[in-house]
Amino acid sequence: MNLRDSLKRAAGLALAGGLVLAAAGAMADDDIKVGFVYVGPIGDHGWTYRHDIGRLAIEEALGDKVETTFVESVKEGADAERVIQQLAASGHDLIFTTSFGFMNATAKVAKRNPKVMFEHATGYKRSNNLSTYMARFYEGRYVSGVIAGKLTESNIVGYVGSFPIPEVVRGINAFMLGAHSVNPDVKIKVVWVNSWYDPGKEGDAAKALIDQGADMIAQHTDSPAPLQVAENRGVMGFGQASDMIQFAPKAQLTAVIDDWNGYYVARAKAVMDGNWESGDTWGGMDSGMVAMAPFTNMPDDVAKLAAEVTEAISNGTLHPFQGPIKDQSGKVVVAEGETVSDEDLLRMDWYVMGVEGKVPK
Amino acid sequence: MSGLDWLIPVVLTVITASTPLLLAATGELVTERAGVLNLGVEGMMLVGAIAAFAVASATGSGLLGILAALLAGAAMALVFAVLTISMMANQVASGLALTIFGVGLSALVGASFVGIALDPLPQLSIPGLSAIPVLGPILFGQDLLVYLSFAILAAVAWFLARTRPGLVLKAVGESHDSAHALGYRVIAIRYGATLFGGAMAGLGGAYLSLSYTPMWAENMTAGRGWIALALVVFATWRPGRLLLGAYMFGAITILQLHAQGAGVEIPSQFMSMLPYLATILVLVLISRDSTKIRLNAPACLGKVFRPAR
Repeated sequence: MNLRDSLKRAAGLALAGGLVLAAAGAMADDDIKVGFVYVGPIGDHGWTYRHDIGRLAIEEALGDKVETTFVESVKEGADAERVIQQLAASGHDLIFTTSFGFMNATAKVAKRNPKVMFEHATGYKRSNNLSTYMARFYEGRYVSGVIAGKLTESNIVGYVGSFPIPEVVRGINAFMLGAHSVNPDVKIKVVWVNSWYDPGKEGDAAKALIDQGADMIAQHTDSPAPLQVAENRGVMGFGQASDMIQFAPKAQLTAVIDDWNGYYVARAKAVMDGNWESGDTWGGMDSGMVAMAPFTNMPDDVAKLAAEVTEAISNGTLHPFQGPIKDQSGKVVVAEGETVSDEDLLRMDWYVMGVEGKVPK
Repeated sequence: MSGLDWLIPVVLTVITASTPLLLAATGELVTERAGVLNLGVEGMMLVGAIAAFAVASATGSGLLGILAALLAGAAMALVFAVLTISMMANQVASGLALTIFGVGLSALVGASFVGIALDPLPQLSIPGLSAIPVLGPILFGQDLLVYLSFAILAAVAWFLARTRPGLVLKAVGESHDSAHALGYRVIAIRYGATLFGGAMAGLGGAYLSLSYTPMWAENMTAGRGWIALALVVFATWRPGRLLLGAYMFGAITILQLHAQGAGVEIPSQFMSMLPYLATILVLVLISRDSTKIRLNAPACLGKVFRPAR
């Protein structure tokens, strides 16, 4: 082999170095190893960012008895199975997979690795070593809806949606019900970007909605781009997953914050203590999994109302999906005094009255 | 609202959606015309985006940010050029590696810039002209990079078609052996074209992080580098068609969002697919006529040049 060839090889290797999976924590003879599989980059400042805060909380709480690893920006589908299997095979005791699209891959790998515990966010497949967990973000979206209903002048709310799955549809409905509780004339226009994370496209969707008359922008995608567009165009908006006030100091009204820290630490501790059991957790404001960012850029009376609604949801006196609820045709589908069951919430595929368009099938 | 009032914001959004594609694709077009296939556009765009954002947020100057993006994109391209032109590594594999490297590098450098906000590039409104109804805001109310994208494309078109160095560059792409035999410095010309492509990809990235969505987020290009690559083939390596392609892609992307908001009942998944579908369709139509591709594609595209003594 001549010099040129070996140089070529060395350079190729250096480039391939970029391929190495992102891994945190040094190898040591630790008590437990916890792995995380993220759908987006930890720098998204949204969904994945909040999960990674939860991972860091485990390290903080359990110190050197625990070692954590994460793999970010994992595509949903076949690639996910490979990544999860790799974590399972490399001695992890507990693996969190944090996107709905990882469900089948997680279930498959869980079956193959009965001694590894799995935690899948937002899914519904469970087994002896596979738990599911999610948060009742719709509670926060109801509060956002109340604020929007009070403040909108055009009575049009623009909603940037990711994928038409029950989780997102439920959020839209909760927002609508919150808005209708204070203002019966509000309508929601939804634009789907069919991506969880594409700042440019999310921003473009927000622009399109504002151009069509929306003066409130809500989003169920992960980047701060829609909120930033709201700021630049002089309309109001809501942060997603984490407080995004620095991107929209004049436009953010509040944000629905995901707080996984408590759950993650408890589950890691359970594995460490040997009493981890498979389960299904759906925590809301009462458990601290869902929190609201400060109510900003609004009159005091609206902030006060928002705080009251938040309190009512936290202490259980108000359920966002309590009847009467009408569907788009105006028919009462949930009678007064009844609430939508968790089971129905989990497979929600219809819009309440006031949301425009149809749920894409 | 009259029809035109509705049109202005749509056109403005289409321009912003098309500009990063046009910038990056213009650079890649020149690179490929010189016979170098650099698939690292996505990575170079990302590195350009973070360089622009980091410098702009540290110095408060958008212009310095743009300069940094040009240099960073060119530096990435230099790595590629050393590998493929000097060391004769496979261009396809090296280009893919460059993208993966760029994704990782930009994320690493960008980690401390997540969650920082930045004022967008100012719009260069020209007093008087910007106030003209309809055309004013569209033609005279854009930011610097939008005007640059047109200016550079025009310059590239002129350079390739009308200047001697432009013809030499194309000759290098068509037959590097002949060009070499005639005494042209194939390697130097390819280095130049590749660096230009990198700088332009960096500029496209800068547009994303300084103007389009003024923030840094990992992987914020979200595939735009790959679209730029496809657009070069779509345009059959011609600048005029590149402009058409970039704006068609941008327009379909934006119009499908407007159609959804207006309640057009077409599945949104289909709408999201449309820009890609249109690109593929045109590619297929062009490729049907194989002579057209053969006539237009640089004959030495992607081939390793080993100078004969």
